[in-house]
Amino acid sequence: MNTTLTHQSHTEVLVPPELEVVRMTKKFGHLTALDDVSLHLRPGTFHALLGENGAGKSTLVKCIMGFYRPDHGDVIVDRHSRTIDSPRDAHRYGIGMVYQHFTSVPAMTVAENLVLSRYETSNFINWKQELQALDTFMETAPFQVPLSTPVSQLAAGQKQKLEILKQIYLKARILILDEPTSVLTPQEADEVLGLLRETVTQGRLSVLIISHKFREVTAFCDEITVLRKGKFAGTGLVKNLSIADMSEMMMGERRQPKPVHKTTHLQQNPILQIQQLHAHKDNGAEALAGLSLTVQSGEILGIAGISGNGQRELVEVLAGQRPATQGQILVNSEVYRSTRAEMYRHRVYTLPEEPLRNACVPHMSVAENLALRTFDRPPQSKAGVWLVLKMIRQMAAGLIDTFKIKTPSAETPVGNLSGGNVQRTVLARELSSERIQLLIAANPCFGLDFAAVEDIHGQILAARNQNVAVLLVSEDLDELLKLADRITVMSEGRLVYESAIAEADFATIGRSMAGH
Amino acid sequence: MATEALGWLGVPLAIAAGTMRGGTPFLLVSLGECLTEKSGKINLGLEGTLLTGAMTAYAVSYLTQSPWSGVIAAGLAGMVLGFIHAWLTQQPRVNDVAVGIAMIIFGSGIAFFLGKPFIQPSAPQLATLALGGWSANASVQEALRISPLFIIGVLLAPTLTWFFKSTRWGLFVRAVGDSPDAALAMGISIAKVRMLSIVAGSFLAGIGGASLSLYYPGIWSERISSGQGLMAVALVIFARWQPIQCLYASLLFGGAQALGPALQSIGITQGYYLFNAAPYILTLAIMIATCSPNRKISGAPGALGTSN
Ligand SMILES: Nc1ncnc2c1ncn2[C@@H]1O[C@H](COP(=O)(O)OP(=O)(O)OP(=O)(O)O)[C@@H](O)[C@H]1O
Ligand SMILES: [Mg+2]
Repeated sequence: MNTTLTHQSHTEVLVPPELEVVRMTKKFGHLTALDDVSLHLRPGTFHALLGENGAGKSTLVKCIMGFYRPDHGDVIVDRHSRTIDSPRDAHRYGIGMVYQHFTSVPAMTVAENLVLSRYETSNFINWKQELQALDTFMETAPFQVPLSTPVSQLAAGQKQKLEILKQIYLKARILILDEPTSVLTPQEADEVLGLLRETVTQGRLSVLIISHKFREVTAFCDEITVLRKGKFAGTGLVKNLSIADMSEMMMGERRQPKPVHKTTHLQQNPILQIQQLHAHKDNGAEALAGLSLTVQSGEILGIAGISGNGQRELVEVLAGQRPATQGQILVNSEVYRSTRAEMYRHRVYTLPEEPLRNACVPHMSVAENLALRTFDRPPQSKAGVWLVLKMIRQMAAGLIDTFKIKTPSAETPVGNLSGGNVQRTVLARELSSERIQLLIAANPCFGLDFAAVEDIHGQILAARNQNVAVLLVSEDLDELLKLADRITVMSEGRLVYESAIAEADFATIGRSMAGH
Repeated sequence: MATEALGWLGVPLAIAAGTMRGGTPFLLVSLGECLTEKSGKINLGLEGTLLTGAMTAYAVSYLTQSPWSGVIAAGLAGMVLGFIHAWLTQQPRVNDVAVGIAMIIFGSGIAFFLGKPFIQPSAPQLATLALGGWSANASVQEALRISPLFIIGVLLAPTLTWFFKSTRWGLFVRAVGDSPDAALAMGISIAKVRMLSIVAGSFLAGIGGASLSLYYPGIWSERISSGQGLMAVALVIFARWQPIQCLYASLLFGGAQALGPALQSIGITQGYYLFNAAPYILTLAIMIATCSPNRKISGAPGALGTSN
C-alpha cells in the first residue's frame, strides 16, 4: 500500500502548505527563549532564520515541530490554527525537520533507516518489495545515498544527505533544516543546498533553514527572518538586503570585520614536536601513519584536510584521549604523555571538536565545567582536597561575563546550553589561563555565529601574538588561510603538503586534500 | 553403567548430551538478554529470574502435576521480575547494573523463601523427545533424549534474527538500543520499547529456569543455577549481540559445563573441580579476550551502559 502512495506523489505536484508562526513565546524557567516571535513561510520559498548563538532559532523550530510546547502563540498551517504536540503531528501537516545533530541509527543500513522513519509501516517488512520501492524513490530524489551501507560508515556529507532524504521520503512539503551545513565541507554544502534550491524552484518544497553562513543565505535563500535575543528583529527579501544589513539586524549594530593583525616575533623556539606518530582508529584501522610536525612559539600552524583523515585522532592523542601506538610527542623538548600534571607544567590547553562530548560533563553545571582545569588548585581548593565552592562560583561568574556565555544561571547543566554557548564555555575555560603556552584547537568555530567567530579568531590571534604556539586543525579552509602562519594538509594520517601562508597555493591545497 | 561400555567414546557422547542439556538454560537466558540489551538496557537480574523461574516451574509442576503449566508459570514469574527491573531502571538517575544486582538478590531471595517446601517432594518432569531410537545402545539413546525447551530455544534463535531484521518492532528495538535520540526524533516511545523488551527477555529467562528444574538437572535446590544467569550475560557479549551466535556460544558453555561430569563418568576424577570450573574460566577468558581499551566491541548497541 505504501509503495503505491510513493509512486503517486512523484507524478502529481502538490503546492507546499503555507506556514505561519504567530506571536510565539517560550520560557525555560526564568529564561525567555522566545518572546512574541512571528514568522511567515510562503509556499515554494527558501527562507532563512538568522540570529546569534542562543537567539532562540532552534527553540522556535522545535516549537513548530511539537518538540516543545510554546507558552503562547499559534502555528498556522494553510490558514488554520493547528495544535502540534509531537513531530508526528507535524508530519501530518507535511512538516519535516533535519536536526542539528544526526538522527539516523548508526548500526542500521540506509534502507533500514528509511523504512524505520516511516510512521505507518506494516508490522512485517518485505525487504524485496521495500528495496524495489526505495530504488524507485532514489531515482527521483535530489541526491543519492547507497542503500545497503550501514550509516556508521557514511561520511558526514552523506549522513546529512540521508537526513534530508528521509524527510523527502516521508513526503515533507515543508523542510526545516537546523544548521544543516555545519558538518559539511563548502563543496558538499553547495551541492546539497543547490539541489534543494532546484526542488524549491520547481514549487515542490518550501525550506526553512537556520544558518550562520551569509554566503549560503545570499546564494540560495529568498527571504530572511531574524531573531535577536529571543525577539523578532526583522524580516525581508534577500535581494533587497546587503550582508551588512543582515548582520545589523542580527546584532543590533553595524560591525565591520576586524582586520587581522599579526605581530612578528624575533625569537621563536619549538614548543610542540611530533615525531613519527602512529595511532589507531576506534575500529583498529590506522589513523595516524607516521605523522611529524613542529609548532614554534608565536605561530599558528594550520592543518587542513577533509574530515576522517586522522585529524580527530591526532587531537585525541594530544589531548590524552587516545594512546599513540608508536612515535613520540615532545613539548619544550621533553617527552609529553598528556597527563594532567604535564598539561599543567607545560601549560597545554585544548579546544577539541564536539566540545559537549570531548571537553564537558553534560550533566554538571556550567560553573563546575568551567572549573575542570583548576578546581584542584588554590584558590579554588585548599590543599588540593577541599573545594572552595565560593571561589569556583566567583570565577564562573567572571568567565560567563567576559566570554558572554548565554546561560540561565551558572548552575544550569552545560548540556542544556545552545550549541554555540557550549563552545564558548569550553573556550572560556581553556583560554582563561594567563600562563598558556601551547594551544591545540580543532574546528573552534563550528556552529558559531558571525560575531562569535570574529571573537574567537581574535582570541586565537591574540594568543599567538603573545607568543603562544597554536596548532589549529580545521575543516574550514578560509579560517586557516586567515589565521595560520604556516599551512599543512593532512591526508590518510600524514601531512602531504606544507607551506608558509604567503606562498600557499589554493589549487595545490585543494588537490592534496583530495589525496592527489 | 552404559557409558563404560562405550569406553573413551563415551566422553564426546557425554559432552554432546551435556551440551544440549546444560546449554538449554544458557540459550534461553542469553536470547532473553540479547533482546533486552538490543534495546539498550542491561539486565543482570536474569540470574535471579532464572532461580525464580526454576522454583516456580518446579512448584507449579508439583502442585498441578502438569509440567507445562510449570513452564508457563515460570515465564510469567520472569515477566513480573522483568517488569520491576524495567520500571526501576527507567527512573531518572537509576543505574542498570545496580538495579540488576538488587534484582539478583531479590529474585534468588524470593525463590529460596517460597521454594523451601519444594526441596523434598519430586515434581513431574517435562517429557523428552527420544531421538536416539535408531540406536540399540542405551547410552546413545539416553544422550539423545532432547528437551522440547532446547528445541524451542534453537528455533527461537533464527526467529529472533528475523525479528530484528524484518519486523517493525525489531527495528524499533534496535533503534532505541543504538540511538535513543534518533528513536525519539522518530516518535518511538523509548520507555515502552524497553519495557516490552525487558519483560519479554525475562519471560525467556524464566523458561530457562524451568529447564533447570524440570529437565536438567531436574530438581529444585538453592544451588541449581550457580551463576548461569550471569554467565549468559557475558555470553551475549561474546556472541556480539547476534541471536544465532548466542546459540553457538550457549552450546560451547553447555559443553564446557559437561566436561567435568563426562570425564568423571569414565573414571577420571583427578582435577574434577578444575573441570567443573570450566564455564567460569571460559567466562573470564572471554571477558579478557574481548576487552580492549583501543577498540569498541563491534556490534554493541550504542546506548548500552549509558544513562539515557
Ligand atoms: N531545554 C532547555 N532548557 C533550558 N534552557 C534552554 C533549553 N534549550 C535552550 N535553552 C536556552 O534557550 C536559549 C535559546 O537557545 P536555542 O538553542 O534556541 O539557540 P539557537 O538560536 O539555536 O543558538 P545556536 O546558534 O547556538 O544553536 C539559550 O539561551 C539556551 O540556553
Ligand atoms: Mg541552535
